[in-house]
Formats: sequence, C-alpha cells, structure tokens
Amino acid sequence: MAKPASNLSRQVDAVGQWVDQRIPVSSFWKAHISEYYAPKNFNFMYFFGSLALLMLVNQIVTGIFLTMFYKPSAAEAFASVEYIMRDVEWGWLIRYMHSTGASFFFIVVYLHMFRALMYGSYRSPRELVWILGVFIYLVLMAEAFMGYVLPWGQMSYWGAQVIVSLFGALPIIGDPLVEWIRGDFFISDATLNRFFALHVIALPLALIMLVVLHLAALHEVGSNNPDGIEIKKNKDDQGRPLDGIPFHPYYTVKDIFGVGVFLTLFAFVIFYAPEFGGYFLEPDNFNPANRNVTPEHIVPVWYFKPFYAILFAVPDKLLGVLLMGAAIIVLFFLPWLDRSPVKSIRYKGMASKIMLFLFAIAFIRLGILGGAEGTASDIWESRFWTFVYFAFFVLMPFITKYEKTKPEPARVTK
Amino acid sequence: MMRITIKSKFFAAILLLASAPMAMAAGGYEGLEKSGINVQDMASVQRGAGLFFNYCHSCHSAEYMRYQRLSEDLELPVEMVENNLIFGEREITDYIKVAMSDESATSWFGKKPPDLTLKARSRGPDWIYTFLKSYYMTDEGWNNKVLENASMPNVLWELQGIQRPIYESHTDEDGVEHTEISELRLDRAGLQTPEEFERTVRDITAFMEYLAEPVVLKRERMGIWVLLFLVTFTFLSWLLYQEYWKDVKK
Repeated sequence: MAKPASNLSRQVDAVGQWVDQRIPVSSFWKAHISEYYAPKNFNFMYFFGSLALLMLVNQIVTGIFLTMFYKPSAAEAFASVEYIMRDVEWGWLIRYMHSTGASFFFIVVYLHMFRALMYGSYRSPRELVWILGVFIYLVLMAEAFMGYVLPWGQMSYWGAQVIVSLFGALPIIGDPLVEWIRGDFFISDATLNRFFALHVIALPLALIMLVVLHLAALHEVGSNNPDGIEIKKNKDDQGRPLDGIPFHPYYTVKDIFGVGVFLTLFAFVIFYAPEFGGYFLEPDNFNPANRNVTPEHIVPVWYFKPFYAILFAVPDKLLGVLLMGAAIIVLFFLPWLDRSPVKSIRYKGMASKIMLFLFAIAFIRLGILGGAEGTASDIWESRFWTFVYFAFFVLMPFITKYEKTKPEPARVTK
Repeated sequence: MMRITIKSKFFAAILLLASAPMAMAAGGYEGLEKSGINVQDMASVQRGAGLFFNYCHSCHSAEYMRYQRLSEDLELPVEMVENNLIFGEREITDYIKVAMSDESATSWFGKKPPDLTLKARSRGPDWIYTFLKSYYMTDEGWNNKVLENASMPNVLWELQGIQRPIYESHTDEDGVEHTEISELRLDRAGLQTPEEFERTVRDITAFMEYLAEPVVLKRERMGIWVLLFLVTFTFLSWLLYQEYWKDVKK
C-alpha cells in the first residue's frame, strides 16, 4: 500500500511538471531510454557500444584535467608531462587513464565495428548509422594522432614528421599543403600548438556531435541483433516489438555489468602495465623530441599499424598513400557492397564466413607487420594481406549475391 | 550452446592464426642480461640512490625530479639529503640538475651527458644493467660492448676491476672473416668481488627504475585495492543483472 503523497513529494512533482512543460525531459527519457525497445538477444559483442561511450567520457574528463597542467610549447611540453607524472596530485593516474584510455578506446571501437561486420548492422535501414560511425572512426584517428604528438617525445615528433609528410605525396599541392599543416618548414612549436588546439577543441566537438547523430540515427531505425532480423516486424497489440525489451532497466543493468568487467581490465593495465610492453607508451617517447636525431625505427602506435603496413606494401609513395586512404574510404560503401538476402553471418553462406575470417586475420597480421622491421619478406607478406583486405570488399557483391544462404528465423533465437 | 562453442572457436582461431609468427615486442635489444631488479626493495633503491649521487650525478642530471621527492619516497631524512646528496647552493625543492656547465661538458665528452631521469623507461633496466657491466680495456683505452665507443668513461672501474675482451673469429658464407668479442674476462680485480659488483650495478639500476617513474612504489600497492573494489562491484552488478533478467529469460 502506497502512502499518500507527502507535501514534499507533491512539490517535487510540481517542479518536475513545470520543467517538463517547457523542455521535453520525460518524453526524451521515454523515447531513448525507458521505452526504447532493443532486441532481447544481444550477446557479448553488444557491450562495446556503451563501452565506447564510456571511453569517450573518460578521455574528455581526464583530458580536461591534463589541460590544466600541460604546456603546449615545444620548449615546455615534455617537461610538463613529467611534471604531471611527478608533481601534480594524482597527475600520474589521470595521465595513465588518458594514455591507456586511448588504446582501450581503439580496442573497443575495433570490436564494435567487427560486430557490425558480423551481423550486418550496416545494412538497410542502418546505412547512416554505419556511415556516421565511419566518420567517428576517422575523427578518432585524427584525434589520437594529434594527441600522440603532444608529449613531444621522439616518437611524437618523428611520427608526426612521417604522417604529415604523407600529404607531400600528392601532386602539385603536396608541398604547400604539408607546409600549411605544419605552419613551418618542419615539425615545430607552431605545429605542436595547433595540434593542441585541434586535439582539445575542434576534434572532440566534432566527435561529440557525430556520436549524438550516430545515436539519433540508431534510435530512429532501432538496433540490429545477432540474428539480423527486424524485431519491428512482430509487435504486440500496443505496438511494442515482441522480441524487444526496454533499454532501461534491462540493458542499463546489463551494460553496468559490462562496464564492471571492462574497468577491471582497464585498472589492471593502469596500475600494473601502463606502458603495456611498449605498445601503449613507446620506449623512445621517453626521450624528448630532437630534430637532429632520427630514431632507427619509426613506428606508429599499434592502432594505426595495419594502415602503415598497407602504406609500405606499395613501392610508390603516392600510390601507397592512396591505397591507405582507400582502405578506410571503402568502409563507406559497405552497405551497398553486401547484396545478401540475409544480414547476419549466422545465415550467410560458407564463402562469406571464410571471407570475414580472412579479413580479421588480414587486419591483425597487417597490424603486426606494420610494426616489423620491414624486411623483403615482411613487405611481401604485407602485400598478400593487403590483397586479402581489399578482396573482402571487392568480392563481397559477388559472393553475397550468389552464395547459398540459410533461411532466417521469423523471431530472434536465444 | 552449440553456437557459442562455434563462435568462440572462430575467435580463438583468428587470434591463433594471426599471432602464430608473432614479432618480437617493441624496444628489444639483443644479448642483454636480465637485471633482476626489484624496485619495491627499499634497501636496494636506497643504496642505488647513494651510488647514483656518488658516481653518476657529477656529470648526469635528473632534471625532472626534485630532491624532496627522493627524501619522501625513499624515507631519507631531509638533513641527510641536504648534507650528502645536494651539491652546491641548492634547495631541497630544486630539481636535480648538474653542476657542470654545458660548455665544459661538451669540451670534456664531446657532447652533454644525457639526462638520466627517464633512461630506465626509454632504454629499459636490462640495458642499463648490462651497459654498466660491459666496459672493457684494450690497448686503445676503454670501450663498451653494449654501446660501442661510448663517450662515458668507466666510472665504476675501481669497484669492478678491469675486464679485457676475449675475441672469437668466424667466417661467414661469403668467406669474410668476422671478429667478435665472445666474452669479457676480469683481468685485474677491483675493490668488490664480481658478486658484490653485480649487486652494486643492480642497486643503481633499481634506483634508476624508481627515478624514471617514482609513483611505481605507490601504484603497485594501490592497484590491488582498486581491483578488489572493481571485482566486488562487478559481482554485485552481475547479481543485479541476473535479478532483472529473470523476467526476460522466462
């Protein structure tokens, strides 16, 4: 038996109503949280969307605190990072949360994208969800690249040197473009200062706006699921999908559990392996940037390595740059390359399964080769896996059109 | 159930195939000895600090670190630090800079000796340990097996003694003869026995590992509590998830 509402709670309700009549708080909550129906058969792969959002928040919050102590000048940047690590209260923790967070963000985003590939989440009507996602990925790469330059270590400096000079491969506009990006004749204080501006303001703003659009598009069409069938086809008499459950409380409690597991792994790395064997924080980046000393082995951080391997698989610099660009641009066309009558890998034919499997191997192998010494055999292997990477996309229209698929179930399976 | 097994096999196969000829991790150097340091061994780090200030600091700075931090972390009384570790007119709150001017450094060694604050992170402790043990004497003077023609003199020679190289030649496939140092043999004993000297070098390395990341002492102790909290939180959230999902799983 509920007690009669107290005077206080009536007053709270009144304030709530006053606000609600002026700004749509409760209808927004209903549409996107408490009455947003998500398929009930989400599996492990569906944790990574909410985890990516968590990592975005982590990067922004820790980033704000780092900005309070970091000095974006070539003379002071390196020392200011060490100042954060030593003299700022809890600075070391905030910095490790940010540096480890960058790598975990990419781990989560790669798994999130692979999930979309597995279950056909890019297919109609979710083309824009996918395309906005690819834009997020592009902006995230730019954001991570510029962030990596900020500590102004040797790898920051020479990584920036190599990546920015790639634009120089473009005919005619190449050299002036490179100079325009750097704001100088070499990577210098001017470059560092503008990368800082882009890293802390321009790109995070773009990221947040794209994430809002990504979610708006998702909530308009509804989430896909491991069976790749539309839950909106089967509704009850009140118009609710029979295989759907309200996002809150069901997926909020499930995602909180996912967050717990994820944060445990995250904390383990922060407290016991913040350099992660040189993969998250590279050894040479503990040497201050020096224009007169070129490191023997310039490699990007792990999450860029697959594309770096594609770049070096091509003997010509311009063609290498174009192929590397194509490796990302091709993702935009994915919704129209897949012509299968079914969405999910569960009901696609063997050929599609093999191609997805090879694609995943190609991506990981290219990542390993992108950090290798670059011997002749490494380059030939990179060529082979680059070929496999593109074959996945090029062959997709034919394979998906002609292969024999299994019948999709009418309702989601367990 | 069936599907779960197939899927996990799918993932396992991806990982296995992709990592089979896994390349060596970043930052690897060949032929380094394991330093065997324990940065949590306070006595070792303290001894290392003393050695560092006696043998390294006359030429090398540790300019991102303050004397005060050493005193706090290594439980060294302020007076002891002021009297024994700080050279010249400096305060306990100052950074550990070097007394030598850049000009005289360049004229003595050809270039300014590098700052040592972060060497244990850029080179790794094994490199430092092996480097300090690898000085040898030839007719041309001192040299180092890890860093050939190092401009740094062998400051620890009185402790270690003098090592001389034993050469070994072999002919490669193209018939070219190569001469390499196969080992360094102690020719004249130093003040310390080889075992004592190994401990000395290990202590210096342990101190430099601490110096590169002072918070290492704290973070490893703290981490366990953070993980315990998160594991408990995760377990409770799992119970909550199970409770709510009873209605869905029916």
